[in-house]
Amino acid sequence: MIFKWFNAEQGSAVERFAKRDRLNPLELLPWILAIAAYYVFPSYLPLGSQILLTILFAISLDLALGYAGIITLGHAAFFGVGAYSAGLYALHVTGEPLSGLVVAAIAAGILGLLSGLVILRTTGLTLIMLTLAVLLIVQEFANRARPITGGADGLNGIAMQPIFGVFRFDLFGHTAYWYCLSVLFVMWIFGLLLVRSPFGRSLTGVRENITRMHSIGAPVRRRLVTIYTISAAMAGVAGALLAQTSQFVGLATLGFERSGEIVIMLVLGGIGRIYGAIVGVVIFMIAQDSFARANPAFWSFWVGLLLVLIVLFARGGALGIADNLVALLRGRKK
Amino acid sequence: MDAFLSAFVSILFHGLAYAMILYVISVGLSVTMGLMGFVNLAHGVFAMLGGYVMTTLMNRYGIPFGFALLAAFIAVALFSIVLERLLYSRLYRAGELEQVLFSIGIIFMSVALVRYTWGALPQRMVVPEMLRGSLDFGFRSFPTYRTFLIIVSFGVIAALWLGIERTNFGAQVRAAVDNRRMAESLGINTSKLFTLTFALGSGLAAFGGGMGADILAINPQYAQDYLIYFLMVVSVGGLGSIRGPFVAALLLGIGDTACRYLVPEFGAFFLFAAMMGILLWRPMGLFGKA
Repeated sequence: MIFKWFNAEQGSAVERFAKRDRLNPLELLPWILAIAAYYVFPSYLPLGSQILLTILFAISLDLALGYAGIITLGHAAFFGVGAYSAGLYALHVTGEPLSGLVVAAIAAGILGLLSGLVILRTTGLTLIMLTLAVLLIVQEFANRARPITGGADGLNGIAMQPIFGVFRFDLFGHTAYWYCLSVLFVMWIFGLLLVRSPFGRSLTGVRENITRMHSIGAPVRRRLVTIYTISAAMAGVAGALLAQTSQFVGLATLGFERSGEIVIMLVLGGIGRIYGAIVGVVIFMIAQDSFARANPAFWSFWVGLLLVLIVLFARGGALGIADNLVALLRGRKK
Repeated sequence: MDAFLSAFVSILFHGLAYAMILYVISVGLSVTMGLMGFVNLAHGVFAMLGGYVMTTLMNRYGIPFGFALLAAFIAVALFSIVLERLLYSRLYRAGELEQVLFSIGIIFMSVALVRYTWGALPQRMVVPEMLRGSLDFGFRSFPTYRTFLIIVSFGVIAALWLGIERTNFGAQVRAAVDNRRMAESLGINTSKLFTLTFALGSGLAAFGGGMGADILAINPQYAQDYLIYFLMVVSVGGLGSIRGPFVAALLLGIGDTACRYLVPEFGAFFLFAAMMGILLWRPMGLFGKA
């Protein structure tokens, strides 16, 4: 009996803990698919770049919402600030793309830090309202500060220099695709390291039981502000990618729709597991591209229905369903 | 000086009319949120439905304004009972994220269904003959419809406050908001109470949405466009409170009108900044329980 237990498929608790952070070969699958997609669907590259940068945005949200449990409806504020600062930087300073990403990350990170310091003292509905308030204030500013942001017309005529002075942005989006993919890859590794670090574990602790984290002396608020800032900076990079690859920044980058949709995509994939961001965004955006073209008026109905069904029956999203199926196939009851 | 005074009175009057609509729509949300702690972002859907039911009855079937408004109240209240029993009640014990997502889902579905049924254009609101034009108050004249709107709203509010303060039902609601477990131990059926309150709140929202159809235009995006205003009234006023949202609605209605009139180039910037300030100063709202 004991012998059997030691040799069980999952191994002992110690073994499992030692192995849990090792990279599963399955985790390379998205990257292989992303590279394959470049060769299989050459005419869909602009959509591909959109999907990649939206995945980055969703991962940034997952850090705050999925891991730290900060419910926010205003994450587009950071995406938009990133997009606008990258656009303004390209227009007024230099069209060099990589330094543009850094500028966007810093600008969005500063907004994340400042707003986080203030609003993360609250919880529940108040916190949701405050994240919305930050978004609305930024939105209203971008709308009204016409001389700087172009108001409702947005920022036009952004010209980008080649990446490293070598890779020119082409009309068909080849460079843009590889650019987004590389940035996403770097950010993905950063995100994985972050959530698997002691810092990341303590965030999960805050999400699961904030009272206990307080009582064991964890600096809860500092942790929350830190992750909020990191998450904001990452969202800023995603926004900058949009500004640089589409060479236009409009008010829609700051829209409530963008804030809401990114939460929906993340939930659709499954929150608090990084890969939920990838799965959710890919499913949502491909469905949106094919479905919304056929019947745009009813698209929002299906999204709404899906949300309601997920909340009522499948809280883990697509990956949660996959987990349950695997568990079922292995003959174990959850 | 005269121009200044006239502008001041004008802002106050239009702000007051706007505030009354916001309050009548949002008060139900405050009570249901306070009662069950349910973060319901989809409350505006009921106001929108009220507006659609009313305008359809008036424009297509020629039913008089008053009856159409009453019909909207009843229809939406009944509809909300079905929705509450079937869907909302399953999520009372769920987390905030689930409730937020669920209600966003309801908003999305309502947008598509309403556009499918009534089309994408805003509904035409024909003010009845009697309420057109303006009333002369001696020192100044005011638009009749908005004056009517303010008076009716005050009537509704007075009835609501009396009901909450003086009736048995109101006492039960207050008890359940203060301490649900204790209320349950005393034999109050909080689940039934909640269904009734939910229906009443949704009906009031429909009433407000219908009556305010020429201030907040009835269109498919209604629930989404005005969501932030309803939530501001509730969160600034304080969850579970009846009076808090009244003060918040007054601040919001008059503040928003003043901003639009005095500093149109800033849009709603100051309004959102003020909301942020108030919520940071009092996270539970002006009249909320700490």
